[in-house]
Amino acid sequence: MFTINITMAVLLAGVYTVGFYLLMQRSLMRVVLGIMIIGHGANLFLQAAGGPPGDPAMVAAGVPENMVDPLPQAMALTAIVITFALTTFLLALAYRSWVFLGHDEVQDDLHDYRIRRLPRRYTKPDSLVGSDSEANS
Amino acid sequence: MKANPESDPQPNSESNSEFNLHEEMWNDWDVPRDQLLAGEYAGGVWKRSLLLESAARIVFPTVLVFSIYLLIAGHYDAGGGFSGGLVAGLAFVVRYVAGGRGELATILRIRPLVVVGMGLTIAVVVALAPLLVGGEVLATTTFDVPLPVIGDVKIATSLGLDLGVYLLIVGVVLDLLRTLGAGIELQAPGDRTSKREGA
Amino acid sequence: MTALVTLPVLLPLLAAALSLMLTRFATIQRLLGLIVLLLIVLDAAWLLQVVDSEGPVVVQLGGHAAPFGITMIADRLAALLLLVSAVVTLSVLLFSIGQRITDYGRDTSSTAFHPMYLVLCSGVSLAYVSGDLFNLFVAFEIMLAASYVLITRRTTASRIRAGMTYVIVSLAASLLFITMIALVYAATGTVNLADLADKMGALPDGIQLGLSLLMLVVFGIKAAMVPLHFWLPDSYPTAPAPITAVFAGLLTKVGVYAMIRTQTLVFDHMESWTVLLVLGSLTMIVGALGAIAQDDINRLLSFLLVSHIGFMLFGLALFNELGMTGAILYVVHHIIVQASLFLACGLVTRHTGTVSVNGMSGVAKAYPLIAVLFALPALSLAGIPPFSGFIAKIALFQAGVQEATPIAYVATGAAILTSLLTLYAVGRVWVVSFWGEPSTPHPDPDPTDELIVGTRVTSRSMTTATGGLVAAGLLIIFVAGPLSGISERAATDLLDPSSYREVVLGDSAIAGGGE
Repeated sequence: MFTINITMAVLLAGVYTVGFYLLMQRSLMRVVLGIMIIGHGANLFLQAAGGPPGDPAMVAAGVPENMVDPLPQAMALTAIVITFALTTFLLALAYRSWVFLGHDEVQDDLHDYRIRRLPRRYTKPDSLVGSDSEANS
Repeated sequence: MKANPESDPQPNSESNSEFNLHEEMWNDWDVPRDQLLAGEYAGGVWKRSLLLESAARIVFPTVLVFSIYLLIAGHYDAGGGFSGGLVAGLAFVVRYVAGGRGELATILRIRPLVVVGMGLTIAVVVALAPLLVGGEVLATTTFDVPLPVIGDVKIATSLGLDLGVYLLIVGVVLDLLRTLGAGIELQAPGDRTSKREGA
Repeated sequence: MTALVTLPVLLPLLAAALSLMLTRFATIQRLLGLIVLLLIVLDAAWLLQVVDSEGPVVVQLGGHAAPFGITMIADRLAALLLLVSAVVTLSVLLFSIGQRITDYGRDTSSTAFHPMYLVLCSGVSLAYVSGDLFNLFVAFEIMLAASYVLITRRTTASRIRAGMTYVIVSLAASLLFITMIALVYAATGTVNLADLADKMGALPDGIQLGLSLLMLVVFGIKAAMVPLHFWLPDSYPTAPAPITAVFAGLLTKVGVYAMIRTQTLVFDHMESWTVLLVLGSLTMIVGALGAIAQDDINRLLSFLLVSHIGFMLFGLALFNELGMTGAILYVVHHIIVQASLFLACGLVTRHTGTVSVNGMSGVAKAYPLIAVLFALPALSLAGIPPFSGFIAKIALFQAGVQEATPIAYVATGAAILTSLLTLYAVGRVWVVSFWGEPSTPHPDPDPTDELIVGTRVTSRSMTTATGGLVAAGLLIIFVAGPLSGISERAATDLLDPSSYREVVLGDSAIAGGGE
């Protein structure tokens, strides 16, 4: 057991806060940035979970007591690769969305909107059919 | 403009080799060899830069060799299939940045997804191979291979897995360049390319 | 013998790799996928038989011993779900191949679909057999990354928003997952589930509760537990029918599986867990009410999916043997039934050209076979005897009554109410859409996308695949005895994880397993 570095804790809290704040924005680009920042925060957290810095494990001829735990580093590496790949995918998707829609606002769910107005429109169900395209344009 | 010396050799790049056989080779000995520059510039968003293009071509093989060093060193030292693959991928990124989308087509005739598939196949086969000799999945052993000049080299079977990862990453980077680089370049609004050509 | 555990993970991965190289040869690609998934069905059936008679099969990858290496383990629950999932993935692949051949011809191949689908299968298998938390995370990521590609493939302007929502919500959940792993590792110094089970007990109660709630949230997002369900009815219906079917059948259930696994193995819940009971009841009611309000048939089914996740949570929350048995039975039943409903729904919309319940009518008269294929799983979902849903629900009701606490009674009441609401929801679909005079089909609103509706063409392999899955759902009735036997034994294993721990951490047992 060890205690976490206070600087690290504050830093992590800050990174997570910024990330989640961005995640809750309307603009898609900010959401993507938010995901990236939380991703960095989470990977940093995984690193920090391994304990304080020390000698590299396995490779150098260090004292075993001073070596850091290599497992969180391996996990952080895997997590970094995964978040990196998914961020790339997300950016490609955001680009696609921008090509299609021409803006990067995240829209409301159309069906929810229609259901909210359902009592008034229930009498003429035909208007519900196939209105997807017109409402989206 | 700097564009003049490099645009000249392009049209007669085919006949260059014939010229070399003749005595007139002394007349154009200082003309840049066309291998150092993109054969056909397929157009890009950026302005062409002689320095970047030739530097990319000079650095390219070195970076590839370094990436293979990382791949082999990975078992005992810093490196491994993933970082090696990324470094090799970066070599291709530099070529792409320097030469535009036509450049990638000239270096590589194989489809990036096939490279990904090959890498994944190698990795999975290496992972499964120990089952045939009665071991657990992903088990590794090391062999001592005596090489003539270098001496004894210890090779772990996990090198095969690293090789698979290496190929996979190179393939992924190439595919990213194809789809997100060249693909977006093609889709990009026309005014940007036309402005570049008009300038 | 241990190869039985690893093959369901590695074979689809190998097939995916080969598929990537064979994109020019459509027929070989298709056959490869079908053969590999068929092999996995056989493998899983064999594994289930072995595990049920001889106990859990453990693989220590690369021969590294348990708390340090990566462990893969198949116990009864994992093997059972592996078998059911393999059956579903095989049928859905057959359906999807049939659909592709009908729509685009025999020779057009697809670059992304086959490799990604096989990677998805590999991820699902890995999630079932992974014996440590980080490996579970990797399995989720493999599965989800493939699902991102499948759900956003050939997306159009009207569907991109839903795809984005899905990807972003799943990614946020994955990042919470990493955070949770970091917290668990910081607190215990291990990620091996069996090892965690030993070390978690030594921690203060507050930390244990916090970690367990965090796991509940992480897997709750994946499993679409109310109030974390909002993304599901928004995104699933936008995918083509086979994709929706496999997502609805498997992805949420893998979340439920992870929840069952972690909460029973790692944490020591001695009695029923009120928080989860309340959340489960809310999930049931909110989902069912949401379904009633919908007009889009795919969204209606998605809300029903959310609602029925609540039944599994209810069974888990009781933490007694009967409840756990009910939850396992429900997962098995629901994987098959929900997937076959979405497939049948895909057949229906191809004929009617619309997803609006009010927009179609007379399906039963015009296409009686499809109507039967829809009706059987729908009745099973509503829990009408003698279908599989009834068996699972009765087990859960009994468990709730046996628990005999006020909150358990309330949850049981919610479950009964939800069954009635489900019956009402599917009954409304039946009355409005299936009865009456056949209406003229609507034209495909957007012929360029993957959602080809209104072509009135279905091939035999699509009907066969749906029929096969419906038949598998009916088969549950006939094997109800052995199935509940296995579920009961699996539930006993879950509630007493000592054998799991022994088989993973004990040294002599592992070496013997390889012979």
